[in-house]
Amino acid sequence: MDILVAIKQVPDTDKVKMDPETGTMVREGVESIVNPLDLYAIEVAIRLKERHGGKVTVFTMGPPAAEKALKEAIAMGCDAGVLISDRAFSGSDTWATSYVLSRAVGVMGRYDMILTGERATDGDTGQVGPCLAAWLDIPILSYAGSLEAREDRKVVVRRLVEEGYQKVETEMPCLVTVVKEIATPRLPTLRGKKFARQTKLTVYGAADLGIDAGCIGLKGSPTKVAKIFYPKVTREGEMVRASNGADVAAAVDKLIAFLDERDLIGT
Amino acid sequence: MSVLKPEVWTIAEMSGGALKGVSFELLARGRALADKLGVELVSVVLAPSVTDRVLRELIERGADAVLCVEHPALADFVCETYSRVIAGLAVERAPQIVLAAATTSGRTLMPHVAISLHTGLTADCTELDIEEGTGNLLQTRPAIGGNIMATIKTPENRPQMATVRPKSSRPLERDPYREGRIERVVFSPSAVETRVRVLDMERDVVGFENLEEAHIVVAGGRGLKKAENFQLVRELADALGGTVGASREAVDRGWISYPHQVGLSGKTISPRLYLCAGISGAIQHLAGIKTAETIVSINSDPEASIHKVADFAIVGDLFEILPRLTAKLRQRAAQSAYTEQEGGRP
Repeated sequence: MDILVAIKQVPDTDKVKMDPETGTMVREGVESIVNPLDLYAIEVAIRLKERHGGKVTVFTMGPPAAEKALKEAIAMGCDAGVLISDRAFSGSDTWATSYVLSRAVGVMGRYDMILTGERATDGDTGQVGPCLAAWLDIPILSYAGSLEAREDRKVVVRRLVEEGYQKVETEMPCLVTVVKEIATPRLPTLRGKKFARQTKLTVYGAADLGIDAGCIGLKGSPTKVAKIFYPKVTREGEMVRASNGADVAAAVDKLIAFLDERDLIGT
Repeated sequence: MSVLKPEVWTIAEMSGGALKGVSFELLARGRALADKLGVELVSVVLAPSVTDRVLRELIERGADAVLCVEHPALADFVCETYSRVIAGLAVERAPQIVLAAATTSGRTLMPHVAISLHTGLTADCTELDIEEGTGNLLQTRPAIGGNIMATIKTPENRPQMATVRPKSSRPLERDPYREGRIERVVFSPSAVETRVRVLDMERDVVGFENLEEAHIVVAGGRGLKKAENFQLVRELADALGGTVGASREAVDRGWISYPHQVGLSGKTISPRLYLCAGISGAIQHLAGIKTAETIVSINSDPEASIHKVADFAIVGDLFEILPRLTAKLRQRAAQSAYTEQEGGRP
């Protein structure tokens, strides 16, 4: 099975501190990591390869520094990495990004399945996966909580949806976006890291992909950011301390009165 | 109201033959936009079959018209089928705005449709408005874990598309006298051919919680110390009529399953009440709850970040507070049931 895994490099929100005044993220000096939700897709891809054979190629669109994310995925067990990088791509929205990715997939050749995380933790749109499937005209199975690839090229997925699990089946090639419960990502091994260091990445720019210049970057993106603002998330609510039994009773009564005031207790 | 002006559309969602609440939330959003633009608001429904009686509620809650496509193949959500039908309708009728809920279906369907229609899409909006002068849709959404808000426009392409965060708006009151029309669209069978088969829908999964649609969520984290103690959270949730959520730490420790996880790598929710105990409030967790209407925190650490975003914070021991709160709420419920019973006597 030949599997492509689409990943993104994002700021490491785990190491980010909160500004105590505004409750917003302090982003200075934040390290970049593989989007945590993409690690599940990488893990699933490696497991499928271990079971069915084949090759796992990880790919990303980003600045040259995104090479680090690809190397990390290779250290986990992917076989090859493709960096799609060009100044002309910067400012692309999900429409333009998925267009570029679809052109890259076209150049990368035959594949059986594309895997990706449900969304990236920075942009948080979850749109690039379904958009990419639309460009490539392959079936999309989103929010996969489990995945089974059969010898007859059928793929069965249990989609984690609001009401429970929807079990669906399709044929390869297809695109699957995965959620956290699908697998626990492995850590890179020493051997993996060594292999990653030795592996030469394939790099594609706009010219390599036959890109329509009107479809990329800020100019080619249908959506435009009109304004950015920082919401104040601290609410300066009431704080009560309950350090002994009597305090606890008083605090609970006060909380119930508060909930009543906001009409939050059903009658 | 001119019928020639491009319409505002909302995509209704159905589950088990009934319209889901998000369908009405979208109409409240759409109504405000359509009124500002002076155009019609149309609710689009895809279903295996649905009666006028069910569809009427969409009109009573704000739609001027309902556009209904019926086909057995539309019984379950399959992205490519739904996408083809909606894109087909949009090409034919050229709406200026299309809104869907930011649910698992909406967030899969809308990106797919946006590619077909070559237009922009903004995910998970919490505010929508019309720009003075241009009439463009202003789509405001949280990004980077809710730490920034971005207002986004789609100035050149049409329709302007957005998914809207569930529970971020309230449905309009039902008006039984409101008038509107129901249009049933006949679709060519080839439009619903699909490569994806739905094998099963598991609805009654043990311990599964529908967090996204809950009005009240009671959540627990590392401070609960062990899996068994989640019982305290469950009991309080039960007393409040809420559902159970959890922090990433609690899920990663195997105390509770992933569908309960709230936060950046779990679910983003906007309940009326979010009450949490033993959760410190890491950035990732706060990202999932920032649009909750009311936040109540119970944590023994006075410096915990969660207290800073709470509307009501108790610094104290959750093992004392939760049981007492649950008992008090139960006592009240029992009393009010008793009073009602008494009052109901002749």
